[in-house]
Amino acid sequence: MLHFLTYAFIQKAYLAGTFIAVLCAMLGLFLVLRKLSLIGDGLAHVSFGAIGLGLFFGIYPFYVAVPVVVVASWFILKLTEKARIYGDAAIGVVSSFGIAGGVILASLSNGFNVDLFSYLFGNILAISDQEVYLSLLLSVVVLLAILLLYNDLFSVTFDSEYARITGIRTERINLFLTSFTAVTVVLAIKVVGIMLVSSLLILPAVTALQIARGFKGAVSISILAAIASVLIGITVSYFLDLPAGATIVMCNIVFFAAALAAKGIAGSPVQPH
Amino acid sequence: MSAILKVKDLSVGYGTSEVLNSVSFTLDKGDYVALAGPNGSGKTTLIKTILGLMEIRSGQIELFGATAGSFHQWDLIGYLPQRVNVFNPLFPATVREAVSLGLLSRKRFPKIFSRSDEARIDDTMELMGITDIKNRLVGELSGGQQQRTFLARALVSSPELLILDEPSTALDPQARENFFELIKTLNHERGITIILITHDISQIGQYANRLLYLDKTVIFYGLFSEFCQSEEMNRFFGHFSQHMICQQHH
Repeated sequence: MLHFLTYAFIQKAYLAGTFIAVLCAMLGLFLVLRKLSLIGDGLAHVSFGAIGLGLFFGIYPFYVAVPVVVVASWFILKLTEKARIYGDAAIGVVSSFGIAGGVILASLSNGFNVDLFSYLFGNILAISDQEVYLSLLLSVVVLLAILLLYNDLFSVTFDSEYARITGIRTERINLFLTSFTAVTVVLAIKVVGIMLVSSLLILPAVTALQIARGFKGAVSISILAAIASVLIGITVSYFLDLPAGATIVMCNIVFFAAALAAKGIAGSPVQPH
Repeated sequence: MSAILKVKDLSVGYGTSEVLNSVSFTLDKGDYVALAGPNGSGKTTLIKTILGLMEIRSGQIELFGATAGSFHQWDLIGYLPQRVNVFNPLFPATVREAVSLGLLSRKRFPKIFSRSDEARIDDTMELMGITDIKNRLVGELSGGQQQRTFLARALVSSPELLILDEPSTALDPQARENFFELIKTLNHERGITIILITHDISQIGQYANRLLYLDKTVIFYGLFSEFCQSEEMNRFFGHFSQHMICQQHH
């Protein structure tokens, strides 16, 4: 029964999946609380264009996607700050640009080829050694950065005006947050694919928000739910021969439903006066 | 007396409209200033400009001897924003976590709390009488408890200047009185300079020693006693209003 654990592709999927899950869980909490949940969706759409670009020019797609998506995330931020556009509209603008670009590039290279299509739904069970190393390296860098900036991110998310008067450079922290998100989105595409990236950012966070009794607690619950979903999802998908990405998302949904039920049993929190 | 805050010919505006016009005043250490004025008179704008949240159109602000752009000692200033627009009630922060955020002004990168920081957070919660609710979520507290939590956040960095934006609006009369007593103690015993925005100047006269009455520009700035004896203010407010403001001032 446990023989499957000796397969290299399962080990690689567990390893890369766990690191990416932790990243998504932490960043997702900040994004959800700042009402930027759909930035993951928008940046994933940009990845579609960027991956199309990479395939078109014959460059390894992730090498194109990471810088392009990071720049797109800055662009979303600038649009929100300077062009008097709300965050969700800015995400919409950048996102449609990504999809349209991807479709045009795909058509120029004679239609959707298998490669581009495979990115839409991801497949962590097919992750290559190179992708595992890249995922681990980027995950560790981003995780360290989040830990070092934890209190700044917490403060800006809680009350950004107050954060400014405690000397925190909120614009810079926002820039870090969106850049980290951009890198994470590109990595998460391997796990669940472009179509489902935002679920990895949103679901563990909203699960945690149902039952957490503090911000640190919320971070811990979000991380646990994300890791458990990835590990269980990969395992179930292997045994039942289901697509890994979709199964991971379904596990996340089950955790969310359980948290919702647990909150219902415990009684809803007292409304603020 | 050393000046903590100097505002000179300050003008601030949005687009073509001017919210503050040529505002000048000086605050000395230990002052307790009530900042009053009608709705839209620019009280909150003045505070936000002092706090560096809004741009100066013309004029100058000096905080603790440093001009606005070069001032970085944010731990010297504590700020209690208007409760209504401060935070998302669904945010899962405990009272202790919220209070700790006030200490970030004293920290440099990486902003990780030391043991002495933790002790300072605990001491401030003790001072505010919120130790027993330190693990509760801020969003689940009553208005008065939230007010104390955010006051603790403002005080945890041991500021020398405390700025309070309409702190009494969320409180019932008893909680309001306790709150004003607490601020008075901070002013008298710790020598903290206070600026308190209020629309209720008749009550604040019991506590504050100075009045800054604003209506886009300074209508009056000085001691409450001077205000009450001022013929000019008598003409401006009418005898009845001036009497209402002054009657409770001891």
